[in-house]
Amino acid sequence: MRWYWIDRFIEFESGRLARAIKNISLAEEYLHDHFPGYAVMPNSLVMEGMAQTGGLLVCEYGRFREKVVLAKAPRVVFHLPALPGDTLVYTARIEYLREDGAMVSVTSHRGGELQAEGELVFAHLNGEHQDKVLFEPSAYLRMMRMLRAYEVGHGPDGTPLRVPEELLRAAARK
Amino acid sequence: MPTKEEIFEKVQNALVDALGVDEEEVKPEATLVGDLGAESIDFLDIQFRLEKAFNIKIPRDELLPQDVLTNAQYVQDGRVTEAGLAELRRRMPWANLDRFAANPKVQDFTNALTVEDLCRFVETKVGAAA
Repeated sequence: MRWYWIDRFIEFESGRLARAIKNISLAEEYLHDHFPGYAVMPNSLVMEGMAQTGGLLVCEYGRFREKVVLAKAPRVVFHLPALPGDTLVYTARIEYLREDGAMVSVTSHRGGELQAEGELVFAHLNGEHQDKVLFEPSAYLRMMRMLRAYEVGHGPDGTPLRVPEELLRAAARK
Repeated sequence: MPTKEEIFEKVQNALVDALGVDEEEVKPEATLVGDLGAESIDFLDIQFRLEKAFNIKIPRDELLPQDVLTNAQYVQDGRVTEAGLAELRRRMPWANLDRFAANPKVQDFTNALTVEDLCRFVETKVGAAA
């Protein structure tokens, strides 16, 4: 992730569900031109936030070993505009996991109302892309900590979410 | 055991959801790539939906044997060799590869698959009542 379109996780259950919030502020520069006089967060950025929520959920389940990329969005529907001052709550649920990817259902809520919903497909890069490095282990670690995943996260049995040992070791080597 | 009609209906639903096409477009003879506009990444999505709809597992390379299509033993100058075609027919008895075999360019392989092939593939996985 080279840019952040979620502010922090508020729930994170490994392999099942992640919930993150995005506070929209008029201080964000893109809103000044989209549109002049009527600031509204572009739907593509809402989708990016939902994808980041789901993407990190898929990455974490694979202990950050897989190169997870957003492959397609078979269905995304937007019901309401996202405006400065709004807090969006993104929820991502893993519907299906395979060795070569995952399907995640996503929603965005604004003050309890459904703002957007959809399905996203993530692929695990392999074959000719096997040697490509998307993110260094230290970048994953920084991201997950900054987004407070390890503060709110837990496993299916309720035990606190832990940083995978190999990620810690790899991050320490860099 | 589902009937052939039930299998077709579920395959049709999977393709409508994965490819955003109309139900009427998903005819047995329609090719997934040429007629329904599937791209390579859509095959992953289609596999997700078929696995879920029929409660089956589709291992990597079973629906699309990329390992054959990228194997120098079976491909020369961008074309599948006779040995490659024999291997594909062995691995994909459910697919009608006659049209592809007439001009077996690797890049055209995915366009050889039809909705009917996909239904037959599912039949081999779940068994089908007449």
